[in-house]
Amino acid sequence: MSIAPTQGRNTRHSRDPEYVTTTEWPPLGRVPRNTGAPLDLGWIRSIRINRSAVERRAASIPTRRSVKQAWQAGWLLRAVTLMDLTTLQGDDTPGRVRRLAGKSRQPVRPDLLESLGMAGTPVKVAALCVYHPFVETAVQALEGSGIPVAAVSTGFPAGLAPMATRLAEIHSSVEAGAHEIDIVITRGHVLTGNWQALYDEVRLFREACGDAHLKAILGTGDLGTLTDVARASMVAMMAGADFIKTSTGKESTNATLPVGLVMARAIRSWREATGQLVGLKPAGGIRTAKQSLDWLAMIKDELGNRWAQPDLFRFGASSLLTDIERQLEHHVTGHYSAAHRHPMG
Amino acid sequence: MTDVKTAFDTLAWGPAPESAAIAREWLDRHARQFGCYVNGEWTEPDATFMVKDPATGAELALVTASDAAGVDAAVAAARAALPAWRALGCHGRSRWLYAIARGVQRRSRLLAVVESMDNGKPIRESRDIDIPLVARHFSHHAGWAQLRDDVFPGMGEVGVVGQIIPWNFPLLMLSWKIAPALAAGNTVVLKPAEFTPLSALCFADMLDEIGFPPGVINIITGDGSTGQALVAHEDVDKIAFTGSTDVGRAIRVATAGTGKKLTLELGGKSPFIVFADADLDSVVEGVVDAIWFNQGQVCCAGSRILVAEEIADALITKLRARMETLRVGSPLDKAVDIGAIVAPVQLERIGELVELGKREGATCWQPSWSLPEGGLFFPPTLFTDVTPAATIAQEEIFGPVVVLMSFRNHADAVDLANNTRYGLAASLWTENINLALDVAPMLKAGTVWINCTNLFDAASGFGGYRESGYGREGGREGMLEYLKARKREGEKERRREERRREERKRDSGEARGPGGDSGDLPPIDRTPKLYIGGKQSRADSGYVLPVHSTDGRLLGEIGRGNRKDVRNAVEAAHKGQAGWSRATAHLRSQVIHYLGENLSAREAEFAGRLRAVSGVDGRSEVAAAIECCFVWAAWADKYDGAVHHTPHRNVTLAMPEALGVIGMLCPDESPLLGFLSLVLPAIAMGNAVVAIPSRVHPLMATDCYQLFDTSDLPDGVVNIVTGQVPELLPALAGHADVDGIWVHGTQVEVAEAERLSVGNMKRTWGEWHERVWSDRTGDQELLRHATQVKNIWVPYGA
Repeated sequence: MSIAPTQGRNTRHSRDPEYVTTTEWPPLGRVPRNTGAPLDLGWIRSIRINRSAVERRAASIPTRRSVKQAWQAGWLLRAVTLMDLTTLQGDDTPGRVRRLAGKSRQPVRPDLLESLGMAGTPVKVAALCVYHPFVETAVQALEGSGIPVAAVSTGFPAGLAPMATRLAEIHSSVEAGAHEIDIVITRGHVLTGNWQALYDEVRLFREACGDAHLKAILGTGDLGTLTDVARASMVAMMAGADFIKTSTGKESTNATLPVGLVMARAIRSWREATGQLVGLKPAGGIRTAKQSLDWLAMIKDELGNRWAQPDLFRFGASSLLTDIERQLEHHVTGHYSAAHRHPMG
Repeated sequence: MTDVKTAFDTLAWGPAPESAAIAREWLDRHARQFGCYVNGEWTEPDATFMVKDPATGAELALVTASDAAGVDAAVAAARAALPAWRALGCHGRSRWLYAIARGVQRRSRLLAVVESMDNGKPIRESRDIDIPLVARHFSHHAGWAQLRDDVFPGMGEVGVVGQIIPWNFPLLMLSWKIAPALAAGNTVVLKPAEFTPLSALCFADMLDEIGFPPGVINIITGDGSTGQALVAHEDVDKIAFTGSTDVGRAIRVATAGTGKKLTLELGGKSPFIVFADADLDSVVEGVVDAIWFNQGQVCCAGSRILVAEEIADALITKLRARMETLRVGSPLDKAVDIGAIVAPVQLERIGELVELGKREGATCWQPSWSLPEGGLFFPPTLFTDVTPAATIAQEEIFGPVVVLMSFRNHADAVDLANNTRYGLAASLWTENINLALDVAPMLKAGTVWINCTNLFDAASGFGGYRESGYGREGGREGMLEYLKARKREGEKERRREERRREERKRDSGEARGPGGDSGDLPPIDRTPKLYIGGKQSRADSGYVLPVHSTDGRLLGEIGRGNRKDVRNAVEAAHKGQAGWSRATAHLRSQVIHYLGENLSAREAEFAGRLRAVSGVDGRSEVAAAIECCFVWAAWADKYDGAVHHTPHRNVTLAMPEALGVIGMLCPDESPLLGFLSLVLPAIAMGNAVVAIPSRVHPLMATDCYQLFDTSDLPDGVVNIVTGQVPELLPALAGHADVDGIWVHGTQVEVAEAERLSVGNMKRTWGEWHERVWSDRTGDQELLRHATQVKNIWVPYGA
């Protein structure tokens, strides 16, 4: 699906940058990888974010936009396809991961899909996200499904293991068959303003990933200011991140809409400057169907429809799917549903 | 169900309608016909006109066009209800205001839907902004009602208040008017706008349901002629109006000399200033809130974007991209940003101004999507390549149309921002707090929003500078507009004409030469001149006027100033005011103290002069004048502003600021004290003054200029023009660069000055009662007249 870039109907466009009229959106799954760019400290330092203005905008997104009935069901199904179904617990086992793989292939009950008029349309999650020890299990369990496996890496969640260990972890996961590597940045580099160190670190991670896509987890709950969130986003993109991701899910504050808004705008600025497309992954704290709709509304209004595809947007979530399933059943039957009516992962 | 797949594939916005069923039921209960709500009862519908839904053209209800008799009945009901409402006391009134607040909350969705149907604003705004602010306004003022006597001692209600409100925020404006009026103890007659009367009628229904005391709130519907009848009604003590500057002007003229209190909240062409270090993405959303809120039909809409030249192109690009994602559509759709324009006549006006903008050479940009059909819709519009000389850069468009201009540096930004006849609000965007707090006080606007826009709250005063009107609504400053000092003892009307006749009789007798106490030697001739820009200057006319003592002796001759002298004095005053307003309050205090010191040194001389001009012992008046210097020297650095408790994470700074240049006609009574009692509070607050001295004793004023000279008062801060009042007062009251006019003369003079003030809507203060100037209970009132409050909103967060 390709969405036309913004274009005015008026005749005088002298001030429009070239990309507005010339860029074609890449087809689904064909987004060229972000090549990154040399670290531009002048740009990083010029970034300023006004927290209260961002919060006002973020607060108005859920109230300015609303999707109802068939549209709501359609949007929720889209949200399912954008999901990195995730398990990142200390008590994870191969059995648990295989169960989740089964859910990934068939996240919504077939009878519901049929009732929703989606019988002919495959609905599966975007990826399965696990710790390194379960990559092989996940890859095997998902064989033939086309669903990629993502591994959290580089000393997740604190990211403070020795650099050699962190790089080795990436190599191991890629060798084990992971298609996507969710790295964590050293938050201390942001807090101390050591942008060079942050840039070098992500660059090295990106090289270690090879063909696997790199998602840079910023740990925004640890960063303190929204200005730092924006600066860290930009450094990660300069260093070649394919996605920027809010959180590990282990910080005290995870994916909030204001943080997502700041990161989405950084992605937009990156595209305006370089023409390159980088994805966004909010993770942690997104548990309800309504929240997923709010995020989609934000992405649609701030970045455009093209971003609301699995190659440019993901929800990192574990319990969100259950709530969406319940809402979909409500749409079909008109009655409120219960969790136990939907197969668990 | 087939739609789900399409929605899944396209992720399109679908319709998200808010049901109008309950609102329609409410209209049907009234058989879709309304009378007026007077004395707690509905009158029979009469001479009705049709109210329509601007989004669909659907006919909503027939509403009564109230005539003069209807207005009369409503005013009579309000008058009759006043004693009982007064007797209820602070706590009783507070309970009723609280009951209204709760009633609004209980009916919030019905009121929101009615508002959106009638006005065309998106349900998101009426539901999340208008109606919650209405409830907030009443509950905040339940508090003011409770505290009235503690917080405003010596003050009481004005009486019956006539209120006329516009169509852009129908119920919100109703609450801004009714809540403070009731909290202060007044009763009201309110006229909603012709296009949008329904929410006020729904509100009246609620009053009925909660058993609100009859007659305290009367709601009459109608058009401009109904409003005119209300303004003209003799038994109305105050008029509060929100609407266009033209109508505001007509109301000022109509009420001139009647003694009716007046607050006017008028138009604007508010600047939206973007500095180079602003968070540009947030600025873009700021513009959305500034000009695409309520279809741009907002008196304080940020309709002039002023952007630092270096980031102008980047901002334009971002704005255009954002405009593509705005949604125009049914006001009852929960996912639209912009609803319908209120009426065909307004849509036409917007269209005409946009066409004019194009003809004048500006670049017009509108998004690529097409408008929904059938309703009164207009697309968001951005004009670039605009110069300040363009019509669209000066005229209020009152639609979703914004113009963008660039500036070179912050001084340039301030000049452009202030290059307008209006002064309602301003928004400025920068991440540099030094810059923000430097620029905010320089903007001629009643509200300055830093890194935000269009935020409102009951605790913060709202109102304009310049032709955006006067008076404040909300907060403590808003309450004062509905209160007046309880009558002072010993007031009597100034009967200047009679006195003049007596004087003429006396003058026809033998004219005697200038008197003195120097025995046989003739006194040295003193020639008082005009005092302009710190210099004594001869009157332009080249003529003089005689001044006589009360017993008929010729005391001296004064210059006969004319309109050119007034012009020169105003010019000099502006030069003086520029530096004076920037001087520290401490310095102003010192200068005024010094005046007192110098007056004290010449106490005997001034007392003698007073005895000579008025025949009474002048010592007590000089003593009072010295004390007067000390009082205003004291206030010069103590009239603090406030930090309002608005429910946002920000500080709202209420800063009293000088008006600028104040013209004044000084009272006949207490020739020295009366003069200083007007001049000193004005200059203590940072104003400059052009004073026409007392007609009877002008020499007391001209004697003062030597005091000013010896007290380090900077040139131009006080200017004195002597001469004939009928010649000078109109020149001063009509001068477009005078910011306030104070008249302590006859009722006829007050009326004339108030009529002439409308050219630039200068603040007016007129009294035709003699005052006891040594009575200090009026000082707060003087401070208020000498200042206007600017509210600066500073949200924060790292």
